[in-house]
Parts: sequence; C-alpha cells; structure tokens
Amino acid sequence: MDTAAIRSDFPILHQTVNGKPLAYLDSAATAQKPRQVLDALNQYYLHDNANVHRAVHALGERATLAYEGARAKTARFIGAPHARQIVFTRNTTEAVNLVAYSWTDRLTPDDEILITPMEHHSNMVPWQQTALRQGCRLRYMPLRPDGNIDMQKLPEYLSPRTKLVALTHVSNVLGVTNPVAEITALAHQVGARVLIDGAQGVPHFKVDVTAIDCDFYVFSGHKMCAPTGIGVLYGKLEALEELTPFLYGGEMIATVSLEASTWKELPWRLEAGTPNISGAIGLGAAVDYLESIGMDAIKAHGDALTAYALEVLSAMPGVTIYGPLTGRTGLVTFNLADIHPHDVSTVLDQEGVAIRAGHHCCQPLMRWLDVPATVRASFYLYNTAAEVDMLAQALERTREFFGAR
Amino acid sequence: MALDDLYREVIMDHYRSPRNYGSLDNPTHTISLTNPFCGDEIILELQVSDGVVSAAKFTGRGCSISQASASLMTEAIIGKPVDDAVAMMRGFRRMMRGQLENEEEMGDLVALAGVGKFPVRVKCAVFPWEALRQALTPEQLPDDD
Repeated sequence: MDTAAIRSDFPILHQTVNGKPLAYLDSAATAQKPRQVLDALNQYYLHDNANVHRAVHALGERATLAYEGARAKTARFIGAPHARQIVFTRNTTEAVNLVAYSWTDRLTPDDEILITPMEHHSNMVPWQQTALRQGCRLRYMPLRPDGNIDMQKLPEYLSPRTKLVALTHVSNVLGVTNPVAEITALAHQVGARVLIDGAQGVPHFKVDVTAIDCDFYVFSGHKMCAPTGIGVLYGKLEALEELTPFLYGGEMIATVSLEASTWKELPWRLEAGTPNISGAIGLGAAVDYLESIGMDAIKAHGDALTAYALEVLSAMPGVTIYGPLTGRTGLVTFNLADIHPHDVSTVLDQEGVAIRAGHHCCQPLMRWLDVPATVRASFYLYNTAAEVDMLAQALERTREFFGAR
Repeated sequence: MALDDLYREVIMDHYRSPRNYGSLDNPTHTISLTNPFCGDEIILELQVSDGVVSAAKFTGRGCSISQASASLMTEAIIGKPVDDAVAMMRGFRRMMRGQLENEEEMGDLVALAGVGKFPVRVKCAVFPWEALRQALTPEQLPDDD
C-alpha cells in the first residue's frame, strides 16, 4: 500500500498544529475525508442537487440515481444480497435506536436482551431504555480478564428467553474483535435476533453480513471516510419486515387518505422525510475509495500499525495498555503513569499529536477497567509508523514534563 | 502558547498535594458532581455557619487542572462569608474568560488564569466551582456571569 499516495488524497493531514506537523491519531472518533469524497459532494451540489424519488426532471433523476446507487454500493460493500436491505440513517446511534423503537414492542417481562459490558453507550442505553419500557431484563455477557468475551460461559447466558443479542464487532476501547459469527450462531440456536454494531469494524476490514448471518448490522459513514450525518442499518429482509416505522411523513408512504395511510416497501418506509442525499452519495464515494485501495490492504496496514504501536508503547516505562495485546483492530488504549489522560492529551496536542482522552462513551467499561479515563490512539489507512514514533516521543516529553516537577 | 502557562508551579503543587482533601464530620452541604465530558468526579462538602463557610473539603478524581482548582478553591473560600465566596466564584468564571479584574482579590487562584488560553481545559478548572455554585446558589448562572 502506497501510504504517501494515500496521504496526498487527504489535504487536511498536511498542516501544522502548534508549530508541529499534525499526527492525526483519532480516526476511531472520526476519519478524515479524501478529496475523492469531497469531490463527490461538490459534484452533487454543483450539478445534480434535487430532491429524490418523485421529481420528473433531469436533476431529480440524477440525484435519485446517485442516492440509490450509493445504497447499492453500500450493500455490495458489506455483502448484503439486496440494496433494499440497506436503510440510511444519520449514524450508528440512530440505526440502533431505529431497531430499539421499531422492533421491541414484541418484548414481554419474560424476555431478555443480552449485550456486553464493552458496548459504546449508543449500543447500551437504547437497550436499557427498552428494558425499562417493556419490563424485560437486560443481561451482560461475561468478559475474561483480558477483555475478550468469555465464550466458555456464554451459553449459560443464552436461553429461549433471550430475544435479542446486541454486541459490537470491534470495541472502541479494547480494540477487541469479537467472534460475531460464532455468537450469532449460538444466539440463533435459542431463537434470538442478533444486532452487530460495526462502527469500528466496517472501516477496517472486509465485512460480510451474509457470512456473519446476523439479523441487523449497523455502522456510520463518518468513520470510513464519508461525511458525518450518514449511517446504515442493514437487516435481513424478514427482520426488517418486523420493524414498525417510528418516523412518519413524506418519502415513506404509499397512499394517504384523510383516515389512514399505507407504507412504501423496504427500505423507504423506514426513511421518512428528505434523506441526507449528499451524505449517502459521499458514503458511496467512500466505498469506491476504500475499494480502490482494497480492504485487505487496509486491514494489513492497520494491523501492522497497531502491532507496532503496541510494541513501542509496551516498551515505554509507565505505560499501562488496556485490552488484549493481539487480535486488536486499529487502536491502542492506555494510560501513562498516574498522569490524567486529559493532561496527556494537552501535552500531546502541543506536540501536534491528536489522540482521544476520556471515557470514550464507555463509562461501564471504564469502571470494569477501574480507571476514570484512558488515552486512545487510533489508526487508519493514512497513518504511518513515523506518526507512532511521534506519539512515543510526545509521551516521553509528557512524562518528563510531569515527572520533572 | 507554552505548557508552562497552563501547568504553573502552584497548580502542580496543589495537584500533587491537594489541600483540604477528605470529608467533613458534619457537613451542611454535600454536592456530588460528575463531569460528563471526561468522567471526572468531585464530592464537595461545606460547613456553613452564621453565613460563613467555616470548613470545606473535597474528594474525587480528575486531571491536574480540576484537582488543583478544587484544592485552591477550598483554600480560597474557607473563612469567607457565603456572599464573598459566591462573588469569588463569579470572579473565577470571569477570569476563565480572560477577564481578570482584581488580581489581588483572586490570590493564588491567579495561577489558574493561564487555563483560559486552553479553551478545552476551562471546563476542568470550572468543575469544582460548579459544585460550589450548586451548594451555595440555587439558580443556574448564564455563561456570561
């Protein structure tokens, strides 16, 4: 993979921050956007902007073709058999909430929802609220000390009461890549539906939702080089058919009379109102961009950088790494001695190194790790080993700064 | 913008050896706050008698700025009438916006003035003072107060 050529596609990376060259190591929060995606947005707004689906004019037809074309590309990208299995949402959070609002009327006090303690708040709080609303029970899969799901004990947590299993494909803190296909198979044995949060997975490796066999798979565009404000709910057709729309209005209706209305077919009945047309087109362009480089090459690059960062950071005095040392996807989470992550982040920022400090929207997982917060460096296709070295040097400077006083 | 503007010696000293860390036997006010932005926590306890803050202690965990700010705050308000403590809180908030009117009145708190140059860290410094506000004033203050 030609990282120099890739970096030239990302104008934003070529700047200095506080007088130092920028090392952007926060792609797990949001990825940068290549010129090819920005060009697609410009092309749409400069030449094709119109509302989709009903216009009988040239611009409307072009906009509709581009919007639906993006749906088809997205479907192919994740191995979905049909474009109509792709519902566009604002982001991962909205996709999870769409299922939480539209599918869970069926749950009774005898039922259980099974999730993990490593979930991002966006795949935890909607299920807490669902459990409160439906009076059902929310359970958590057991974790091993290294942060991996305890697959030995997992079967004890599954029973015919389990109606939904929701878990992340890749933890945004531990970097753990969960065995989602295996868990899906176990969940299906007891008749549960399975939702996978792929926000940290889809950007980094080839995802095949058909092979995983999950019922729902959700992710965001902005972590995979697309604009913010576009996300995806994939579903098996029979699972999507079980969703009752919870947003009503334009775009989603078939017929409307003064007394009653009927809905369009999937996926449009779940996309009420004018959608994020440019966002979807940007997502399509991001899919094209990532595929032009190749997801296998992107994965190999990310794995190599993550392994290098783990090696460099483990060798640094005072660094505690959280999560397993192998099988991690795209990120390293750690603390430096007893220096608070926000203090680390401020010193790193002075050195041009952008990382994330805090609870990463995973407060229960922080309690499990018994830390108030952590530092997270995350990597993507445009990052380099030299940037990992910059991180290490900046951490060294942080330690000197706080240790010297 | 130098790091030394942010991490003054006074701040590092209060961070390393926080003053008034712990809890009171009979607090009249106890405020427990979490900063959703970073997960920092503080429990601030006050003993207010005859309109005077006679004792103040805190526990919690957080970054150097929030911990030093809490330590400096307790030193600044102990022995002060409630009205003066509230006035000092307002003065502190103004200082964070770059308006330092009365340097002498602010005493050691001036060490935190440099935080104003790091906008993302202002909320760390203000955090313990927000606990104080909740203890002493019922109303929410607008951002420019």
